[in-house]
Amino acid sequence: MTQDIIPVTMPKFGLAMTEGKIAGWMVEPGAAVKTGDELVDIETSKITNAFESPVTGTLRRQVAGNGEMLPVGALIGVVADAAVPDADIDAFITRFQADFAASSDAQSGSAPVDEPVMMTVGEHTLRVHERGEGDGIPLLLIHGFGGDLKNWMLNHDALAHGRRVIAFDLPGHGGSSKDVGPGTLEFFADVTAQLLAQLKISQAHVMGHSLGGGIALTLAHAAPQSVASLVLVAAAGLGPQINMTFINGFIEADRVRAVQDALKYLVHDKSLIGRRMADDVLRYKRLDGVDAALRRVADACFPNGRQGDDLRSVLAAVHVPVSVIWGQEDEILPVTQADGLPGGIERHVLPDIGHMPQLECADRVNAMVEEFMKSRVFAT
Amino acid sequence: MSKKSFRQAINEALRQEMRRDPTVILMGEDVAGGRGGSAGTQDAWGGVLGVTKGLLEEFGDTRVLDTPITEASYIGAAAGAAVTGLRPVAELMFVDFVGCCLDQIMNQAAKFRYMFGGKARTPLVIRAMFGAGFNAAAQHSQALYPLFTHIPGLKVVIPSSPYEAKGLLISAIRDDDPVIFLENKVMYDEEEDVPDEPYAIPFGEANLTREGRDVTIVAFGRMVGLANQAADRLEKKGISCTVIDPRTTSPLDRDTILECVADTGRLVIVDESSPRCNMATDIAALVAEEAFDTLRAPIRRVVPPHTPVPFATVLETLYLPSVDRIEAAVTATMAHRVAEKV
Repeated sequence: MTQDIIPVTMPKFGLAMTEGKIAGWMVEPGAAVKTGDELVDIETSKITNAFESPVTGTLRRQVAGNGEMLPVGALIGVVADAAVPDADIDAFITRFQADFAASSDAQSGSAPVDEPVMMTVGEHTLRVHERGEGDGIPLLLIHGFGGDLKNWMLNHDALAHGRRVIAFDLPGHGGSSKDVGPGTLEFFADVTAQLLAQLKISQAHVMGHSLGGGIALTLAHAAPQSVASLVLVAAAGLGPQINMTFINGFIEADRVRAVQDALKYLVHDKSLIGRRMADDVLRYKRLDGVDAALRRVADACFPNGRQGDDLRSVLAAVHVPVSVIWGQEDEILPVTQADGLPGGIERHVLPDIGHMPQLECADRVNAMVEEFMKSRVFAT
Repeated sequence: MSKKSFRQAINEALRQEMRRDPTVILMGEDVAGGRGGSAGTQDAWGGVLGVTKGLLEEFGDTRVLDTPITEASYIGAAAGAAVTGLRPVAELMFVDFVGCCLDQIMNQAAKFRYMFGGKARTPLVIRAMFGAGFNAAAQHSQALYPLFTHIPGLKVVIPSSPYEAKGLLISAIRDDDPVIFLENKVMYDEEEDVPDEPYAIPFGEANLTREGRDVTIVAFGRMVGLANQAADRLEKKGISCTVIDPRTTSPLDRDTILECVADTGRLVIVDESSPRCNMATDIAALVAEEAFDTLRAPIRRVVPPHTPVPFATVLETLYLPSVDRIEAAVTATMAHRVAEKV
């Protein structure tokens, strides 16, 4: 009875996983397994994880042996009742393998690849990740100082409904080229405008975090026609204070622990800052040109330990809807910088949240942004 | 960013540094590997295991120099070139051949800065492959990093993965002192994500590949991967390990080792070099001297026996530290009970 034969396939442990290795079976063929029993260790480029049985039954076959590397979705084993004849199991495996081969051929031919691409924009090479499609006004995501497009990892996909959503690495950051020119907000806003032009986007919602918020405001000032609305998450430019212990600590840190200590300022729940995250940042900081780029940006944007740009007048002058989102416990840019904003601006202050609400309470931020784009933006 | 092998990572580091700095040159036996033949290839070998393949084509024979089989002459020439302004990367092929040129390394390159009162710089890199498990027999399988670590004036680097290899080799080439860069020959086909851009990993900073509560494992080069596999298994038994990859044996990141031992109270050292006067004894001495009071069990070493590396595959496998042996050592150190003080 075919319906009693259940395939066990290579799991997907996170967005980036495309293949995995059978690091070691923990259950012998013929053994009974229950849902949730550890079945097999799967090794990926990042982690090794025990894969738990999705079903109860008897492990009839280990289709993939220890050490085999297989794509996500490939058949690794078969669970069925002990009464199912071997011949049925064999037939099931043959059919599954044929179907899987056919579908993966079709995918490799046509499916769009959900990966960042490198784009030449003026004198810069930018790493750009575009998701979603549709007629909605596109949304552009601008990360902050020392960050990269992965800062939006919990927002990017969630917001990509009915519109293009573009995240990118600013010059000097992530996988983009490391020349930051004068390192000013005007410079970054200019590169951002060039990127929009290259993507053939005449107008976009612009969501910026921290320094990226300052860039979004600068863009709204320099090229108002290109901005449909602004979502400013703990944005730069709304007050003079900035935590230079973080900025300098981030620049100087050359060991995982030091990076970890610096990153802790970013969030209220310190347990979010793991060794992996710090290691990832350290790998970025080791790239040639990054140190000089970060110092240039810090010197240009935070001279004498204060924010050099006051963009409150820009905020007062813009004619587009604006939403300001801030964590009550922000340790980088104090939440008081969200006070005294011009009327008509939507303002969300989130309790028990630090400088990165989009990471620390992604679902709430995503819902706010979705609602804001729906309700506050007029038809064009 | 893309997946690159250990071999490709090393090749890319050499290529990017040669592009960046015209004083970087390569020399060694078969780094190009002969020209001509019916195929007309310019670098038929590209290093005996293909690590330097394609560099002759890009940089020409004034920067990629095939040398005669005379280690004393070309290692000496490389040391001389380094003190007179170039940044040579000399390949010794198998590290076992150091016997033929030890004076050039030990008494010349390593001593220049000291003997000339700090006025000489010797930006020399000597690359060599080492290690057993390749079935290359006793004269081509040794792990001689303790020999170099013993000599003041040398820096000694043992990369444990493709990412590490690229960043550490770039640091080696940019360093103003002689650096011995040792590649485990079993690892050349291992792959992982390696950034396309150049990056430098500083010397003397250990990498913690994982952090745990119970036992600190210090491992070098290929042994780091085995230690992590053992730690994966042990985790399922409820034993959590810190794994330290010191990256460089000289300079040695003593602080990280001592801090981790203070945290866990137990230490296992995995070292594939001959067991007498090796890194395992060195680190055991360090911890015994500086952190004795933090230990809750005797230090254990997972090392080969004091014999030449056997050629027979079964014996060679027995010779090397293994995941099983690391697991057993950790389990044993966990089982140890210190007598209660009265």
